Amino acid sequence: MDGHDRGAKVVARLLRDAGFEVIYTGLYQTPESVVTTALQEDADAVGISVLSAAHKHIFAETARIMRENHMEEVVLFGGGIIPPSDIPWLEQQGVRKIFLPGASGPEIVAFLKQAVAEARAR
Amino acid sequence: MPKHALAELIERALAGEVRAAARLMTALESDPVAVPDIMRAIYPRAGKAHVIGVTGPPGAGKSSLVDKLAAALRKQGKSIGIVAVDPSSPFTGGAILGDRIRMQDRFSDAGVFIRSMASRGQPGGLAKASQNVVALMAAIGKDVVLVETVGVGQEEIDVIRVADTTIVVMVPGLGDAIQTMKAGLLEVADVFVVNKADREGADRLFKDLNLMVHTGMQESKWPPPVLKTVATESQGIDEVLEKAAEHLAFVRRSGEYEERRRQAATVEIDAILRERLLRTVIHRVPAFDRYAGEVGRREYDPYTAVDRILHESGLA
Repeated sequence: MDGHDRGAKVVARLLRDAGFEVIYTGLYQTPESVVTTALQEDADAVGISVLSAAHKHIFAETARIMRENHMEEVVLFGGGIIPPSDIPWLEQQGVRKIFLPGASGPEIVAFLKQAVAEARAR
Repeated sequence: MPKHALAELIERALAGEVRAAARLMTALESDPVAVPDIMRAIYPRAGKAHVIGVTGPPGAGKSSLVDKLAAALRKQGKSIGIVAVDPSSPFTGGAILGDRIRMQDRFSDAGVFIRSMASRGQPGGLAKASQNVVALMAAIGKDVVLVETVGVGQEEIDVIRVADTTIVVMVPGLGDAIQTMKAGLLEVADVFVVNKADREGADRLFKDLNLMVHTGMQESKWPPPVLKTVATESQGIDEVLEKAAEHLAFVRRSGEYEERRRQAATVEIDAILRERLLRTVIHRVPAFDRYAGEVGRREYDPYTAVDRILHESGLA
């Protein structure tokens, strides 16, 4: 969502190699544009990378607009430079999972496969 | 998906709900049982949009051009659908669909519905699914549907056949105009665009294309114009749209429009019929695999096998 995209690109590549179809939106998105994209593409999950310290606002706002659009079954997750102490608050807002720097590829893939499968089953 | 849920989804999509339309598009890609029901419901409403195909080699600036065309069409008050087709990895089936990166300005505009599609490595499947998604875009009331695909390979050419007007985008520095001929793009082009026209070699490409396009043209046919653009600077965009509109008017007058629709319908019916017939035969001939085994051991040839299979299925 901000000026850094290497992490997001690595994750996109990782998920592609795991068989996902990844819609890569590029830098400088807003919560509105991310949700519009997810709606139009009928996405199973939305992943956001934030390194600008605005993670609280961005995740909460994205979750709010998703609720407004009745997207309860769409998995919201993310990563970036985020203080671990903020994670419980973010999860309360509707973020399913935050990956911190150092998270492994297989960990992210396994989480997403399971979360999407559960959401689809509901 | 249960029938009543599908019917409700179709109703909501036709009433303009984005989410419902997006779900139907997913079904068109991945739920073969739902496809006939969806198409039956939407097809009668799908004839009104101007479908514009945009194709060309990777890196020619197709996404940027599509973005700027959409912006100009929005200024005219038109609603737009964009179907962006990207290749899947043949190894994992995964895909990174990145066309949206060049379409940033369009994200928050409710009048523009962008849908990305991956080829998923199924031969023939992409053309059918994307045709159906284009039909759905038209049925939900989009005035113009822009279809973007890489112009290499038969499958991608098939994708573009659904278009009323096809724009072929070229750039200087990716080989000469002969490459277009090799790729079969010359035959599908209604409008040629030399993008990145501020670069070295653009004039040469422009002249080459003009020469090639206007050699051996029949007088009654639409002569594809060659235009110059710098998409990232929004240069030449209005002229491209003008020529696209002129092309549509021309083919409507000349009867070529109907002829193209008829040809496209022939290809569609042909594909559906083949698939249905094959499914019927496989269903009726449980020993289908046994024939493959016998031919594999060279006990007899594949033509004899087909004779026997058809005979057994009762179709011939």
